[in-house]
Amino acid sequence: MKHGKYPLIVTFLVPPLLLYGIFVISPYLQAFQISTTDWLGYSAEANPVGLANFERLLDDERVWNALKNNAWLLAVVPVVTIALGLFFASMLAMGGRKGRAGVTGVRGTSFYRMVYFFPQVLSVVIIALLWREVYHPNSGLLNGALGALGLPTPTWLGDPRTAFWCVLAVMIWSNVGFYVVLFGAAMSAIPRDIYEAVMLDGASRWTTLRKVTIPLLWDTVQVAWIYLAIAALDGFILIQQMTNGGPNFSSDVIGLRMYETAFGSENRFGYASAIGVVLFFLTLSVAVLALRAARRDRIEFS
Amino acid sequence: MTIVDKPATDGTAAAGRPAPQGRKPRGEIGVANLFSHGFLLFWGALTVLPLLWMFLSSFKSDGEILSDPWGVPGALRFENWARAWTEAHIGQYFLNSAIVVTGSLTLTMLMGATAAYVFARYEFPGRQVFYYLFVGGMMFPVFLALVPLFFVVRNAGLFGTWTGLMLVYAAYSLPFTVFFLTAFFRTLPTAVAEAALIDGCGHFRLFFRVMLPMARPGLISIAIFNFLSHWNQFILPQVLMQGDDSKWVLAQGLAALAVSQGYQGDYSGLFAGLTIATLPVLAVYVAFQRQIQAGLTAGQLK
Repeated sequence: MKHGKYPLIVTFLVPPLLLYGIFVISPYLQAFQISTTDWLGYSAEANPVGLANFERLLDDERVWNALKNNAWLLAVVPVVTIALGLFFASMLAMGGRKGRAGVTGVRGTSFYRMVYFFPQVLSVVIIALLWREVYHPNSGLLNGALGALGLPTPTWLGDPRTAFWCVLAVMIWSNVGFYVVLFGAAMSAIPRDIYEAVMLDGASRWTTLRKVTIPLLWDTVQVAWIYLAIAALDGFILIQQMTNGGPNFSSDVIGLRMYETAFGSENRFGYASAIGVVLFFLTLSVAVLALRAARRDRIEFS
Repeated sequence: MTIVDKPATDGTAAAGRPAPQGRKPRGEIGVANLFSHGFLLFWGALTVLPLLWMFLSSFKSDGEILSDPWGVPGALRFENWARAWTEAHIGQYFLNSAIVVTGSLTLTMLMGATAAYVFARYEFPGRQVFYYLFVGGMMFPVFLALVPLFFVVRNAGLFGTWTGLMLVYAAYSLPFTVFFLTAFFRTLPTAVAEAALIDGCGHFRLFFRVMLPMARPGLISIAIFNFLSHWNQFILPQVLMQGDDSKWVLAQGLAALAVSQGYQGDYSGLFAGLTIATLPVLAVYVAFQRQIQAGLTAGQLK
């Protein structure tokens, strides 16, 4: 039976390996090398400068400013998204009638799930452009409502104090639906007799959620945490399309900083790659930290 | 909208739920249901309202958009759509996206399935190393590779070509595709494969005639996942498809439309362009919502 398996292994593995090696592995490796050069522009030569780019990074206020915003995204987006996701998922799973037979979902669960999931299937570019119009100071949906109610109408994306938070809100808006569905799927895998037992013991809805549902969902929450943390270190498309980092760099993020450094008005490839390397290590450590912080005893049920 | 709510067929939630309707103390129902429905409706409205507004605004005149954001269009001005389709070339970009995604998806599925099959079913030296090489790519931010990737693609003569985009999309989709499909191929029973081999079936025929058909559910899930991520891709084309705007993909075209809208004040054209880009995706999603939700969340639950 072993005879003749190698032709298949070679034909099946070599093309993907080549593709992956050329377009993924080699660029990643080159990025580390480029980050130690002073490469400028498309034809200029690249001289090795050691860690000079990284030293310059430490004093680069723009980079620190962008990192500060990513830190805010990291602190706010995962927590709020997961909380809202769990809240709505549990509303859908057990917000309904509470009778002797246990808890049931509300009517129209799959309809809600379908609607909540909408942003997930849309391109981030569409979401960004649509919300840019929603926040429009004169013709936007938001100020249209505020104006009609006689409330003040801020300029939202035009104001350095609010621009970043407006984009952050959109990030949460576009992610919640996905996690409602994800948590909902995980909740439906929890055996119903557990809930029935808890109900018989007279536990309230809130206690049930806190003491039963969330511990049983912990693996899924952990995965959500990692994905959202990685997403919070990005945010490039939303920011670029909604504010382009402005006004006055108030909503800048590290991805946009790197993109502008490499492909903006100047092409400082060496320095941009150094920012990329920093982003790489940040992503890696955030993922590891999220895994560590969320680690708990795993609860198995069959 | 013409969506029929059918909780009974909801694959994620229906898993053997005994449907404990029947005798209920009716007093408790009202408050809980009102409470949960209130929140659920609120988030539903928050999700739908911007999209609905975009749709309605695509029929408005620029005057209507600027003067009354919450107003209803005075007439169904399909000329906005026509203008976006032809003058802003949204039709062209739509077609371009379709061409690129057709190619990239075919490549991803072919290479992902073959590589995953080899990893899942064959023992050979270096298997672990190659597997982790592939799967490790899931951890890296694409930003790190951006600068070198630009030169890799340019040196290969693929800069500004659809072929280049297809190859790069496929390469960056391989980590997750291989990870997902390897896990899936491992769950398939080995007995069928052994029987086929004993009956004199070759390794290649075994894969195409037996294993691929058996893996269909997994292939569909990952194909949906990759389709959406390729269709919505923005960063890669923005870097690798600069210049020649007749080859742009949809997301690039929309971003460019938003920029030119800013100069010309053609609000209705922008809304029409966004609507044209959104409607087909939403229609496909509504038609296949169960598979799409399952496909997008299944990967994270593994």
